[in-house]
This record gives sequence, structure tokens and C-alpha cells, in this order.
Amino acid sequence: MKYLSNVTTLKLDDKKCIGCGMCEIVCPHAVFSIEGGKALISDRDACMECGACSKNCPVCALSVNSGVGCATGIINGVLGGGECCGSKDCSCS
Amino acid sequence: MNIFQQQHWIVGSVMSQGEEIPRVSTSLTSEDIMGAIKVRLSISRMDYAVEPGLYVVGSPDATSPVLVSANYKLSFDNLRKELEGLDVWILVLDTKGVNVWCSAGKGTFGTEEIVGRVRSVGLDKMVSHRKLILPQLSAPGVAAHKVKGDCGFQVIYGPVRASDIKNFLKAGMKTTPEMRRVRFDFLDRLVVVPVEIIQWAPHVFLLGLVMVALSGIVGTGYDVNLLCTRGFMALIIVLSTFLAGSILCPALLPWLPGKAFSIKGMWVGFIIWGILVLSECGSTLGIHFPLEAWAWLPIILAIISFIAMNFTGCSTFTSQSGVKREMRYAIPVQILLLVIGIALWIKAGLL
Ligand code: SF4
Ligand code: SF4
Repeated sequence: MKYLSNVTTLKLDDKKCIGCGMCEIVCPHAVFSIEGGKALISDRDACMECGACSKNCPVCALSVNSGVGCATGIINGVLGGGECCGSKDCSCS
Repeated sequence: MNIFQQQHWIVGSVMSQGEEIPRVSTSLTSEDIMGAIKVRLSISRMDYAVEPGLYVVGSPDATSPVLVSANYKLSFDNLRKELEGLDVWILVLDTKGVNVWCSAGKGTFGTEEIVGRVRSVGLDKMVSHRKLILPQLSAPGVAAHKVKGDCGFQVIYGPVRASDIKNFLKAGMKTTPEMRRVRFDFLDRLVVVPVEIIQWAPHVFLLGLVMVALSGIVGTGYDVNLLCTRGFMALIIVLSTFLAGSILCPALLPWLPGKAFSIKGMWVGFIIWGILVLSECGSTLGIHFPLEAWAWLPIILAIISFIAMNFTGCSTFTSQSGVKREMRYAIPVQILLLVIGIALWIKAGLL
């Protein structure tokens, strides 16, 4: 299953990347591969903007507007009730 | 220690560095399972938390691995039931009783909490190595290099699923690409259905009541008798559409055409409408007129599309940018469908 194409805010700064491989390890959707000592975004549309890669990149080569991809949360946010539905297991536990 | 010993899943303790560390059982009792069912059905959602701190499974020594867990009891139970026969430490963080994924997203399963908890339990004295095994799904909240810098412990991201932990440890703390990927299996999808139903039931019920109130509108005035017949039937259709959609959308998700959830939902809407019209046209539900049958199509599509769209939060692959883009198109369409449907339905009542 894939969600909408060409929406993710994920960006990789090639020049900063030191090819440590951390992003490949933490990404739950196998968005990255490491080729020639650099990270490569090989499956961009699989990105769910969880922010794991940018948080764990030691040289800040990655950026992404992370947030929950949850319509209920966004509706609650717009209505002023906080950005989450408050459920303790809105996704996998 | 007293509060620990009241828990049925604590089976004794071990002494380490002059401290008594509770030992946890690796089998779930009927109490654990009933608790899990209650939480899943939203009967008791609050306070399903484990006291943060250090625990053991088996009899670990200074070289045994340290597994880090959220303190949501379902996450914790999920972990300990996979550890039978192992000797490991479990460091339970204070994630406010929220699961790994959601607490990492909020940052409570985060760098600061890990560093603070490692210090407060004196982990550096309990073990001789400097490694912490974290669930992979906590990575959005944790900066591995910062944990290392702040407390000297190296973060190793383990598998997404606790059931892979034994293989991960056997392989020398190495994950396979398969272990690192989230899946969104049939059961993963169905388990969130009750939460979704409870979340939206009041709103859908309100919509049903509005239709009951509107059902009395006749050509020249208002017929109260219709509220109990046509109005009541409308309420039943709205509620059963909602229930069927809440189960069918997640169940059929991978097979429904389209990428946007609101579009996937439309297909379920067509199916439900088809069943409704075929089975009930001209019979008990009182759909005597073709117009009434047509009126239900946009109403049902609007309800199911909305319910399906809200399922994005339960899924493990929708991005926030994507959901926002989907909502920008879907919500106006859903509102329009609902308004058209109700207008047609009122008109059908005038005939
Ligand atoms: S984590 Fe950062 S530095 Fe390491 S490979 Fe990925 S982008 Fe490059
Ligand atoms: S934001 Fe999450 S899903 Fe997207 S590339 Fe980074 S780790 Fe992967």
C-alpha cells in the first residue's frame, strides 16, 4: 500500500551526508539506501514524515516536517482541541 | 517496592548493587488479556501504565542486554511475553502510559527521558557494557547520537515487532531490513476499529437525529407520525452505514482502489448503498420511491468517505502533508455530498 505521491517534505543535503547509514536503519519504510558512501532517497513516496531519519542524522543532513498523518488529529487541531485524538494506541503499539 | 509487588506480573526479584529489582513474568495471565481487551474496546483507557524503572527477566548479569520499553502496559506486555528463557534488563520509561509510536511522536519517548532514566536507576553500575536496545519505532523521538553524548550509552535500534527480539539478539543485535519495516496487517487494522467507532459514534448519532427531525417535513406542514417511521428508519440506516463502514474500510483497505483514504471509502459506500437498495427497496425500510434510494447514495458516500479518511491516523504509512492535501479536497466534497443527499431526501418525503 502506498499513500499519495509527491507530497513528502523530506529533504536530503547531499553535501553534508557522511554516509553513516543511520537513516537507513531508523526508517520504518525503507526510504533510503546507502550508495557510494552517501545516503540516497530511493523510495520517496513511501515516506510518512515520521521524522526518525532527521532526528537521528548526526550531521543534520536531513530535514522533514514531521507530524502525525492523522485526519482526526488535524481536525482536532483546527477545532482547537490539541493535535492528537488522545487515543493511547492510535497506531501500532 | 511495595507498589511493584502488588502487580500480578511481578514474580520475585533480584538483588543488584544493593537494590532490589523486580523480576517480571514472561507469560500473560487472563488478567493481562482481559485488561488488553478492555483497553482495545475503550472500556478503561486511562491508567493502563506500568511504573517506570528497571526490571529484569530471568537472572541477568552485568553483560546482559538492556531493552528499553514504553510504560503503556500493552507495549510492555507485548515485549515481556517474547522474552521467555532470556536473561535481560528492561528499562521502562515514563511515556505517560502511551505506546512507543505515539509517545515518540510527542517526544515523551525521547532523548531526555532516556538519559534521565538511565541516571535515576544507576544503569551504569548495573551493567558493564554501554548499550541500550530501543524499539525501532521510538526513533522519531530519540536522537541516538545525543543519548550517547549525554550518558555514554549507545542506542541500538532493535526490531519493530517484539516477536523478532529473540532473533535480533541471536544475530548479535542485528536487524534484518524485514525486521525494520512496519507492516499494516489485517489484525493491526481491525484492532483499532472499536476506538474509531467510539470516537465518531456521537457525531454520527447526531446526524441521525437531525434526519429524524427533518423526516416530519411534508408538503404543507409537519407530520409527527413520520418521525417514528421514516425518521427512525433513517437513523437506523445512518448508524448501520457507519458501523459497516468502520469495519469494512479498514478490513478491505489494501484492495480498495485509489490512494487517498477518502476515495477508498467511496467504494465501500457504493457497496453498502447497493446492498441497502437491493435488499430493502420497497420493503421494511420504507424506500418506496426511487428518489429516496438515490438520496441515500450521497449521504452514505459522505459518511463512509469521512470515516475512511479518519482512519489515516491508525495507519502506519500516511504522511501529514499527504493527509492535509487529501483533506483539502475531501472535506468540501463530503460536505457537499451530505447537503445534496439530505436535500434530495427531504424532497423525496414531499412526494
Ligand atoms: S543519517 Fe545523515 S549522515 Fe548518516 S547516511 Fe543518513 S543522511 Fe547521511
Ligand atoms: S521521515 Fe520517517 S518515513 Fe520519512 S524517510 Fe524519514 S524515517 Fe523514513
